[in-house]
Parts: sequence; structure tokens; C-alpha cells
Amino acid sequence: MSASVGTAHPPTPAAWRAVFGSWVTAYKRTWRGSIFGRFLSPLMFLLSLGLGLGSLVDKSTGGVDGVPYLQFVVPGILAAQSMWVAMGESTYPVMGAIRWNAKYHAMLATPVGIDDVLLGHLIYVAMQITGATAIFIGVAAMFGSFGSWWVLLCLPITVLTGMAFAVPIFAFSAKQETDSGFNILFRFIMTPLFLFSGIFFPVSQLPVFMRPIAWVMPLWHGVQANRSLALGSPDFAAIAGHTAYLLVVIAVGGWLARRAFTRRLVV
Amino acid sequence: MTDPDPDLLLHATGLTKTFGSFTAVDGIDFAVERGESFGFLGPNGAGKSSTMKMVGCVSPVTGGQLRVFGQDPATHGPQIRARLGVVPQKDTLDEELSVEENLWIYGRYFGLSQSEVRARTTELLDFAQLTDRAKSTVEPLSGGMKRRLTIARSLISRPEILLLDEPTTGLDPQARHVLWDRLFRLKRSGVTLVLTTHYMDEAEQLCDRLVVMDHGKIVAQGSPRSLITQYSTREVLELRFDTDDHAQHGEAIAGIGERIEVLPDRLLVYTEDGDAAAAEVHLRGGRPMSALVRRSTLEDVFLHLTGRTLVD
Repeated sequence: MSASVGTAHPPTPAAWRAVFGSWVTAYKRTWRGSIFGRFLSPLMFLLSLGLGLGSLVDKSTGGVDGVPYLQFVVPGILAAQSMWVAMGESTYPVMGAIRWNAKYHAMLATPVGIDDVLLGHLIYVAMQITGATAIFIGVAAMFGSFGSWWVLLCLPITVLTGMAFAVPIFAFSAKQETDSGFNILFRFIMTPLFLFSGIFFPVSQLPVFMRPIAWVMPLWHGVQANRSLALGSPDFAAIAGHTAYLLVVIAVGGWLARRAFTRRLVV
Repeated sequence: MTDPDPDLLLHATGLTKTFGSFTAVDGIDFAVERGESFGFLGPNGAGKSSTMKMVGCVSPVTGGQLRVFGQDPATHGPQIRARLGVVPQKDTLDEELSVEENLWIYGRYFGLSQSEVRARTTELLDFAQLTDRAKSTVEPLSGGMKRRLTIARSLISRPEILLLDEPTTGLDPQARHVLWDRLFRLKRSGVTLVLTTHYMDEAEQLCDRLVVMDHGKIVAQGSPRSLITQYSTREVLELRFDTDDHAQHGEAIAGIGERIEVLPDRLLVYTEDGDAAAAEVHLRGGRPMSALVRRSTLEDVFLHLTGRTLVD
């Protein structure tokens, strides 16, 4: 006998939209505080790293590879911010919906299936990343952080970068019994990635043995593609490669997340 | 396969659920017809909730056969769930949202239109006596109110079967009675109720028919009254002695009534005439601290069948 209760059917638009709608309904209660943070975060980075540190770098070395430090660093931070947003949206909310308030269980008692639950929630996360990224680009543009209108293409690239973290983290969060795993994720994965993914200095400055780590993780790909676009001399072949890599990570993450959700929620 | 009888809503044969080497439900058979109010009575860990989750098509069947509306949960899960209302053991409400928002988002899971959901919400909040709390967030509501909201939520899709897993566990007596009244109205309006409970009074109040479960098996079934007639006597005499060991007093009164159960804190004498039994205890020199004559309940049935009380 197959161990199924028909929760594994392909997503249906009405069902995943209802799931998405429930997350949006909850967000409507907290959006003010969240939007404030979305504006504050780029401002802090721009003032400290872009303008503060940037003026020192530019004075002593004339920028990085001939580019003012502000314009070098901001596209990278843009990618990194989407990683942080993805982490926030796909750790506690996912574990909470399984362990604390059983939000997913409530959905699965209805015609909604696992794929609807997953897709509806992921689209909500993509919406959050899109909003945060658009605000970041807008604020940073006002400080002259970008050299080209190509920066507009950073929006989809950055959303893909964020989702390349969110989707695998969904799988990770679904398996956690406590939140201690999130501390490990934060300290030993996110923070090193933030520091060593070519955001603040080119990866070529890293010791040779560390470079492959940057190449394997999604952040570096987002940083490279963003920078290439924002500086106004896009290398489209490289950008296509980075995009393809991000899509592969999302696809593999989706498979893992689906498996983790099924194991956790259909017992 | 489909069942020929459209009024046979639930049908299980040899239904089994295992988790690793642990067998939660051990090959049970039952059938529920449209309009019935059917209960699973048993202590914690008897397999009631596991059975309910299989019927609710959220937990896969390990063995045996289960048909809900004549359909197989393994292949028709979404279609079956569309016709079920589920009140889980633990409320799964969104505590940060308002009472009405909880109903709105839930209705959307069933594919109902926004306007339809809003119309039904008004109606259901009235039924659940929560109209004046519609805009309040769920978190500060009392346990009884949350339970009524969960029931209102489960009704948003106008289900044919309402599954209630321990609907009143943890509620105070007054809140339980309000809830029973609401459930009784639903039953009268033709909704089929399937519930689990470890309260015999709840089973007596709400169930036309029930099965008694213990260790994953069905140990008896019938109407509350027929179970009592079959497994117990008309009356029970409860005796409490000033002692640490009621067993020795049990020996002293052996032979009175049909049967004597020795519990840690009292003796139960099963008899057709409680007062006559009490008089006989007195004649034999028994001087209990208290002697109470009461009617038999399902608790006595359970005790007789398993040697244990329902709620320890």
C-alpha cells in the first residue's frame, strides 16, 4: 500500500494562492515595523561601508580595480541583504508553522497539499525579498551607488540569490527540533559567507584553498552578477552562468524541501 | 473501488497504523452512517487520535482498508478532505490574527470565494457565539472560545462529517456544556459527528454509538446504554474506608452484589440494588467513611473491560 494521503498532488492555483494569502494576511499586521527595517538596513550599510570606509579606500588606493569603493561594495551588499532576508523568512516562520502554531497542519487538513503549502509560502518569501531589494536599490541609487541603469536587472538576480538560500533553508528548518541549528547556520555559514564572498574585496585576495567555498555557495554568484550589471559593463555570458547556477541551487533545494516537508508533515 | 451505499460514510476493516515497531492502531473495524454521532472512547494512548488522523486523510494508512465517502484516502485525499471538517486535539488557530481573519483564510483553503467566505463567517460567528469578538485577536480568548472558534472554522466548508478529536479536553465544566450544546445543534441539523474522548459523560451526551478502544484495539462497541447493560450492573455502590489498603475490606464484603472492583481509593460494588448492598455491608460489620449509590456509567464498562480507569 502506498504511504499517501494525496497530499503530494501538483500545486493548484486556488490552493497555493490561499496559502500565500494567509501569510500576507499575517504580514498586514506587522508590515510597518518591517518596512522601516527595510529602509534602515541599506542606509546603515551605505553610510558605514560605502561612504565611511569607502572614502578611506578611495583615498589610499583609488578604489578597487579602478572603481570607487561605494560602487564596488553596494551591489555585493545588495546580494547579501537578500540572503539575510531569506534567512529571516525561512527559519523561524517555517519551524514555527510546524512545531509551534501548527499552521501547516491546519492547511493540510483541507484540500491543500504539501506542494501548495510549500509553493504558497515560498512565493510569499520571494515577495518579501523583492520588496526589500527594490527598497535597497532605490535608497542606494539616491547615494549614487550605481554606475548604470543595468542595475534594474539586479532586482531579479538578487531575488534569485535570496531564493537560492530560502529554498534549501526551508528544508533545513523543517528538520529542526529546536532553534539551536539556526545559530549554527547564522554563525558558521551566513556570517563567513557575508565576509568571504567577494563583497568587500575580490575573492582573488583570498587564500587559494578558500576560493572554491565562495564559488560553490550561491552568494558569490549573486554578488558577481550584480556587480557586473551595476557597474554598467555587463558580461552577459558570465551573468547567464551565475543565473543558471542559482536556478540549479533553487531546484535542488526545492526537491530537498519537498522531501523534508513530506517526512515531517505526513506521518 | 466505491462503496455501493452512499450513506455509509466511513468504513474501516483491519485498519492499522504503525510507527516503526510501535503499533498505534491494531486492525480495527468500524462503520459510520450518515447522520450518526459516533465516538471513540478510550484512555490516552489508545489509538484514537491516530485513527482520526487516518480518517482525516492527513496520516497514511499502514494496513487494512479505509473508505471515506466510499473513496480511498491514498488516492482521493483532497476530494475527501474537501468534505470533512476537522477539529484537532490541539487548536491550530493563528493566534496573532483576528477571529474573523482565521475564518477567512481557512475558507480560502477550500477554494471558496472571498464573498462566500465572508457571508459564511458572519453566520458561523453567530453560531459560535463569537460575533462580538470578531475583530479581536485570538490570543487573549479563553480556552472555550478558542475551541468554539476552531469548530466554527471547521464548518466553513459545510462539511458532511465533522471530526472532533477530544473536543472538550482541558475546558472548564461551563465551557464544556456550551460546546456540547453547539455540537448537539449540529447533530440535529444533520451533520455526522465522529469524535474521540476519554470522558464517559461526553460519550454519553453526544454519541449514538461508540467503540471502546484500548491499546490500539476495539474492546467493545454499541450504544452507551447497551454497553452499560451488557458490561455492568444497573447500580454501583462506592465505598470508601479509612484505610491505606482497600483490598482487605474487599475480602470482608465478598459475595455482595454481582462483582466487586478494588481501586486504590475505594471499592466498587456492582449490583442491581445499591441500597440493599449497602445495608448488607453494614450487617456484616463494614463501617465505611462514605457509601454512595450511583448509576453505572461507561467508566464502569471500561474498568470492567480493561481493569483500569479512563482518566488516571
